[in-house]
Amino acid sequence: MDKIEAANKLIAFFGDSAGVRIIHSILVESSKYIIIILFAIYTWRCFSMFVGKDQEKKDKIYRRQNQIMYLIHFICALVLFLNSLDIKIILLYLAQAVFLVFVNKAYLYVYQNASKMVLGNMLMLLMIGFVMIGRLDFSYALRQLVFAAAICTAGLFIPFLIEKFAYFDRFGKAYAVLGLIFLALVFVIGTSKHGAKNWIVIGAFALQPSEFVKIIYVFFIAAFLARSAEWKDVVKAAAVAGLHVLILVAERDLGAALIYYITFLAVVYVASQRLSFLVLGLGALSAASVIAWKLFPHVQNRVIAWSNPWGENITGPGYQIAQSLFAIGTGSWFGMGLGEGLPERIPIAESDFIFSAISEELGAFFAICLILVEISCFVMFVNIALKMTKRFYKLTALGLAVEYIFQVFLTIGGVTKFIPSTGVTLPLVSYGGSSVISTITLFCIIQGMYVLNDQEEEDGETTKKQGNRERANRQGSGKKAAGRAAAGRKAYPKTEPARK
Amino acid sequence: MVLTYGLSLLFLCMLGYFVWFMVTQSGEIINNPYNKRQDVLAKKVRRGEIRSAGGEVLARTETDENGNDTREYPYDKVFCHVVGRITNSMTGIEGDQCYPLLTSHINPLEQLINTFRGEKNPGDNIVTTLDAGLQTAAYEALGDHRGAVVVIEPSTGKILAMVSKPAYDPNTVEEDWDSLVEDSGEESMLLNRATQGLYPPGSTFKLLTGMEYMIEHPKKYQNFQYQCKGSDSFSGNVINCYDREVHGTLDLESALAKSCNGAFAKIGTTLDIAAFRKLTERFLFNKPLPVSFEYNKSRFSLDEDSDMGELTQTVMGQGKTMITPLENAMIVAAIANSGEMMVPYVIDHIENAAGQTVTAYSPRSKGRIVKKWVAEGMGEMMEAVVKSGTGSSLQALPYPVAGKTGSAEFDSEGTSHAWFVGFAPAENPKIAVSVVVEGAGTGSQYAVPVAQQVFGQYWE
Repeated sequence: MDKIEAANKLIAFFGDSAGVRIIHSILVESSKYIIIILFAIYTWRCFSMFVGKDQEKKDKIYRRQNQIMYLIHFICALVLFLNSLDIKIILLYLAQAVFLVFVNKAYLYVYQNASKMVLGNMLMLLMIGFVMIGRLDFSYALRQLVFAAAICTAGLFIPFLIEKFAYFDRFGKAYAVLGLIFLALVFVIGTSKHGAKNWIVIGAFALQPSEFVKIIYVFFIAAFLARSAEWKDVVKAAAVAGLHVLILVAERDLGAALIYYITFLAVVYVASQRLSFLVLGLGALSAASVIAWKLFPHVQNRVIAWSNPWGENITGPGYQIAQSLFAIGTGSWFGMGLGEGLPERIPIAESDFIFSAISEELGAFFAICLILVEISCFVMFVNIALKMTKRFYKLTALGLAVEYIFQVFLTIGGVTKFIPSTGVTLPLVSYGGSSVISTITLFCIIQGMYVLNDQEEEDGETTKKQGNRERANRQGSGKKAAGRAAAGRKAYPKTEPARK
Repeated sequence: MVLTYGLSLLFLCMLGYFVWFMVTQSGEIINNPYNKRQDVLAKKVRRGEIRSAGGEVLARTETDENGNDTREYPYDKVFCHVVGRITNSMTGIEGDQCYPLLTSHINPLEQLINTFRGEKNPGDNIVTTLDAGLQTAAYEALGDHRGAVVVIEPSTGKILAMVSKPAYDPNTVEEDWDSLVEDSGEESMLLNRATQGLYPPGSTFKLLTGMEYMIEHPKKYQNFQYQCKGSDSFSGNVINCYDREVHGTLDLESALAKSCNGAFAKIGTTLDIAAFRKLTERFLFNKPLPVSFEYNKSRFSLDEDSDMGELTQTVMGQGKTMITPLENAMIVAAIANSGEMMVPYVIDHIENAAGQTVTAYSPRSKGRIVKKWVAEGMGEMMEAVVKSGTGSSLQALPYPVAGKTGSAEFDSEGTSHAWFVGFAPAENPKIAVSVVVEGAGTGSQYAVPVAQQVFGQYWE
């Protein structure tokens, strides 16, 4: 049923024709502008809150941000309902709304002192995904909600877990072995999907090991490099990390391989503070890319699809990317309106190409705001990482942050033809159990470490044993510590406070 | 911190690219037959009109009281190929301007009010370069013959008329579809012969042979002499003149005017074939044409390895050479324009429903294909074709015409396609014309009268 049919049905129900039609039309047509305005305000606040320091003011902003999220969610559901008059949409909306409220309240309780903005953004991105997936396929939206609810519930225990296993940084080798085994498992019981052999199917569930290993992989790097970032340690870590990447390349999961690689480089750079590692690593990456392009037809295909998806390629390798660009371009700045575009023509629109579907129906302005919100998430992660006093936590948080933002870059860059497409999901927004579970876990871990860091710091303050100047400053004004922590970064290896 | 800056820079570049894409690229990219969103857009926008240069409506959308749109073509069959259709696959301008026609550029506030009222916004209108009078004259001049006419303004490349016959009625294409498709063997009504029909060029190709000879003998081409006995033999390959007519002593000009096959075969044996091939390729044989509509590439296959038989046939326009009426029009328009070829185009500008220009297209040059003296020299010789040769019936027109006829044999029985290419006025060319009449007979008898009516209409 489309918009006009729905309007006619409403008229049949309510009687009076002109009034109902115009109200229906105004509601549906104005919604896309209202959604864009609301989201733009939300995005603006995401950045403006970096400036202020007043906690009370921040709480107030957070409440407003929350209201905006609920409002956008409501409007989207209303429009989808008005255009289809399908009662299932209301039920799904109610379930999603209950989920959002529950997670919001529960996390504020469990993750006390954690960054509320990060929580807010996590819910916002999930909500946008819910709406778009629901518009594309009802059953997918249901599954997505179930997965999100399950992992968010599990996520409530992450702070306890982190607290209980205080020696998280002792198991570097175990993380590496576990990760490699899990990654390599696809060679034994894996199945191919969208040209990459990186799935394990168990009954009705399809798992993507690279999504889960992603997290312990960062643990492994952080554990290795937290102790020392000398040349020989870096080489050791690089060998093991390289093994991860090679397995992924063999699985043809190029996106994940890139994410793993860049994450390793980023953590090494932060741990060692040596630009030479970064330059060397990026140089090696360029060389490897050229070699991969020369050797592998599936890499060549991606490059062809990127450099010229038109002409005869449009029915072959260029098909997806061309459809994606048609969607974005036809949607234009304000979008076609929710439910009024043709995003189902883009292959895997609900997953890897969800950004194009969003841009088509909600507009390029909305899509740009979405990118900005993702960036603000990353900036918050980095801020959190800088506040961490324990080196292992700091490196883990940074590694996870880079993993997150680089994946965002790969997927959005890929679907807009900025870079060759690598087939990764848009974290939290795309449909996909593995992706949602691993990203929410990632958010929870960063938040959990932040909470724990605060607690340990308080403990440290009461015992007053670490007497260096950095700590003394902190006692004086805890809240200002962030900036100074950044400034005093180089001193960190020697100022491990927790235990020595 | 290097890391954050580096990643921020990446994202800034990506955002910049995204905005650049939306602003400058998306309009062109979405206008692609593989983008199937026209029906979605058609729910929000009433497809714009297609108009002639003079403002006559060639295609419009009418909405009935139930809100259903129908596309109407007031000229019925006359513009069917060039304007195209929207049902049973989109063709012509309807096809390649599909998204501009479905985009509204009226005042955003007005658009908003329309959408709130539940009304469609008016799509942009396409104003073409087509001259409705010329098009109708050409359409009628072809009568019941199969064939095509292309009229180009030499100085700009504007297509003033483009007719292909037989034509179909775009208003009833859905009802007639089965018969249109079934009948594709002989009539091929759906085919735009003007751009897709490939014919042997016949004697019109002697323009190219002649120009190559001039280029190779810049000082001495006027000294060329040939004794025509009605038939000649080149390494055992016999070349006859039309009706075995004996033309007597000829120079290059009179050889062209009388269209003497023997003289041109003789010229062909002296030519540098590699250079000749390059010349034809500069005129876009074997090359993609820089046009937005569907076309076939014209073919020229002579090379250094070709034997004498093929060589002598090719240089007088038989052999394996194949040409579209459009390509022939482009060649003659380039000669008329002192050797500079203008890219042919059919869309002058796009305007919104309020008449404000949204996009304007200006003439583009494909560069100077031959030097000015070559083009002008050839132009003078083409005048002789009309004054004293095969095109003499055009002398009835009140201004001098330059041209070349052709009778292209296409089967063993000697039936031929009638060709005429030419321009007028000879001194200061305003229009260039290319006419082909399929299977009719000689160019002078069947193609020249069509051209005459087109030229006549232009100065009415």
